Amino acid sequence: MNRDDARSGARGRVRAGVAAGKARTVEAIPASALVARARALLSDGFRLGLIAAHDEGSQLRIVYLFLAGSPDRRVELHVAIPARAPSVPSLGSLSFPASRFERAMHDLFGVVPTDHPLPHRLIRHAHWPSRWFPMRRDAGPTPPFTDHEPFPFVEVEGDGVYEVPVGPVHAGLIEPGHFRFSVVGESVIKLKARLWFTHRGVEKLFEGMNAIEATPLAERISGDTSAAHALAHVLAVEDALGLKVPGPARQLRAMLVEMERLYNHAADIGALAMDVGFSLANSHAQRIREELLRINQACTGSRLLRGAIYPGGVRLLAAPDPVRIRVLAADLAEVAALTLANTVIRDRFAGTAVLSERQALDLGCLGPVARASGVDIDARIDHPSADLADLAGSADLSSSPDLSSSADRGVPGVPRREGDVLARFNVRVDEFAVSAEMVCGLAASADRLEFPAARPSRATPPNRAAASSPIRSGVGIVEGWRGTIVHRVEVDPEGRLTRAAIVDPSWFNWPALPLAMADTILPDFPVTNKSFNLSYAGNDL
Amino acid sequence: MALSIALAALQVLLVLVGAPLVIGAMRQVRARLEGRRGGGVGQPWRDLRKLFRKQQITPEGTTVVFRAAPFVLLGSALLIAAIIPVVSLGSPLDSSGDFVAVVGLLFLGTVALALAALDTGTAFGGMGSSRQMTVVALVEPTILLVLFTLSLRVHSANLAEIAGGTLANPAQAFSLGRVLAFASLVIVIIAETGRLPVDNPATHLELTMIHEAMTLEYAGPRLGLVEWASGMRLTVLLVLLANLFFPWGVAPGGPGLVQVLIAVAAIVAKVAVLAMALSVGETFLAKLRLFRVPELLAGSFLLGILAVTASSFLPAAGR
Repeated sequence: MNRDDARSGARGRVRAGVAAGKARTVEAIPASALVARARALLSDGFRLGLIAAHDEGSQLRIVYLFLAGSPDRRVELHVAIPARAPSVPSLGSLSFPASRFERAMHDLFGVVPTDHPLPHRLIRHAHWPSRWFPMRRDAGPTPPFTDHEPFPFVEVEGDGVYEVPVGPVHAGLIEPGHFRFSVVGESVIKLKARLWFTHRGVEKLFEGMNAIEATPLAERISGDTSAAHALAHVLAVEDALGLKVPGPARQLRAMLVEMERLYNHAADIGALAMDVGFSLANSHAQRIREELLRINQACTGSRLLRGAIYPGGVRLLAAPDPVRIRVLAADLAEVAALTLANTVIRDRFAGTAVLSERQALDLGCLGPVARASGVDIDARIDHPSADLADLAGSADLSSSPDLSSSADRGVPGVPRREGDVLARFNVRVDEFAVSAEMVCGLAASADRLEFPAARPSRATPPNRAAASSPIRSGVGIVEGWRGTIVHRVEVDPEGRLTRAAIVDPSWFNWPALPLAMADTILPDFPVTNKSFNLSYAGNDL
Repeated sequence: MALSIALAALQVLLVLVGAPLVIGAMRQVRARLEGRRGGGVGQPWRDLRKLFRKQQITPEGTTVVFRAAPFVLLGSALLIAAIIPVVSLGSPLDSSGDFVAVVGLLFLGTVALALAALDTGTAFGGMGSSRQMTVVALVEPTILLVLFTLSLRVHSANLAEIAGGTLANPAQAFSLGRVLAFASLVIVIIAETGRLPVDNPATHLELTMIHEAMTLEYAGPRLGLVEWASGMRLTVLLVLLANLFFPWGVAPGGPGLVQVLIAVAAIVAKVAVLAMALSVGETFLAKLRLFRVPELLAGSFLLGILAVTASSFLPAAGR
């Protein structure tokens, strides 16, 4: 069923890859060739973007998307396997993220990864029947919960070891997650985070929706990342349908994603101070966030920036006022500086919960978490969807000395090396300053605020590679405020989505939290958790 | 005797009524400094009214230890209020209640709550108790040491005589030993009552809690009692701080009505000033890393030792 690569004689650079969509090649390979090909790609500087299974009735098609930046390269490996007793060789020993994708794929599609290093459940909790796979076409309605499938926690044994279970219901307005600490005294020996309490079946909800009408659902994947998820979804749909979007419209969309980064980073900076008892800073950060939300409301009609981005275009009610944005940026810089001037806070942040560069690379961490550990990864540079060069030039980054290099690149990453809470705080502070300048620059250069939505007729020519294929695929990559978001959609000839695969950066970053908590004391967990600030909803679709 | 009993009753009443207002005032000051409107000084009283109207819930598997702890905590705080010189120097319990008894009563309340938290069998309760005991083990000796410093001059462990001695000899009030003792007592009061930078009374993060972690399983009227009693403990400690170091305004034993009224006004003013100063200080503080708390408390203990040394060996002023 690998229609994308049915044609021979493609102009693929790598092997028999067939060009498909933006910077993307597709290779159909047999399952036996998977491990070798994946190893070659990973050693070639690619990272695993996503693994998605596709139920096509008699067979399952597994898509492995590998990504690399500078220049933008996207390689897909398609492996077709029979739907009865499906299994694929595991990539778990090559790539940690792959091992988690495979566990998820087993839980949702029943695809068995052979030779998997840790073949446990991941998404499906103990009360889900073990032979029911919700993403399969023939899954049917949700079956009754079973009493108990085994899904135990590892027990740490030894003198004086005790367990502190926290959640899944927490004090405060946060999403559900269960954390189990094995502790001696106050030192954490092991932390196990069990998430996936809120599986909504979002990917399944996309199936059958009209491709150009599904954006509102994408905006609700993770509420605080509405704009970035919407843009990633829209980019994927445009890639699949071959829709062209004018440069100025792409700039406006990029501005919306930066505006989202602004209000979320402001909230995080305040919340980090709050978690060490310095609520004074939080009060001011909350005020700044509220003003940013009101700017969002004025610009898009939605405090969460919803409804502005759609396939083929973008619509704003107003452009943000650069003067106000700059005032808020100066305010936030002052709040951050006052916070760090407090020696007690600096003591709480510095050296707390270190995530090393090696760990961040191995886990495939993304976004500010990765950039705080010295991993310079940013989809705005690696997979650009708008021209953002020279926008951040005048941002005042006095708090970090070694930034000259990032200015040369034209965009925004502000990497740190320490990998502690302080580094993650500082990365956010710097990114806020950079994003504020970018918003100002993009707002100033906007002469039109509305670009009409594309109305593709059924006759719209599909993208090049899929000319002979009834199924068209597309990939959208966006650097949201938490990191790189990847959406991959497939659209049938009727223009309906047959599959939407979604990866929020939190998927990659969650395993980093327990690692960083090693050698950290129990009362420092809340501030550590806040410094990662990962999404539960984005992780658990 | 009747008069002194009436005065003790007045002291108890004053602390009962005043404690929630002290908490309310501290929260209000903090809210205003942070640019928030705040719930008003009366909010803790409204919270208590709400809690006392609620249903009584007892966690499964808890024993009388859990049920009795709020009353022990409250009773010990009330007894302290009756013993110490809040309004008048002539307490009916004067003969039996010296500073060692006061510290013992404080400790009794703390231990009752810690045992109640262990009684619940929850991870947070045990964690809170363990941390609280660590703090208390460092706090109680320091309080004893500070009060010992003050008692050295008057050769008495009686709190009324300590306050009276300062009134009779005001030049002593600002001796080196007393200044050191004051600083030390401020730190241990902050630790004992779970204020910043030792504990954060406003947090919802269970893993960072000390005092609040012990009270997590309480709800309704019992939670009301625990919160009320905690407010009273803070209030009586502030009263001690005020009246041992600045006893002016306190009515002597067997006072007239005017003297009592002046004394009430004086203590209200003194506690208000101290509470607000504490609150202003807290606004600009963050919470210490848990492992730094013993360092802070060891520092306060050292100040206490220096205070005793200074009081014992330096020539006293005005002798």
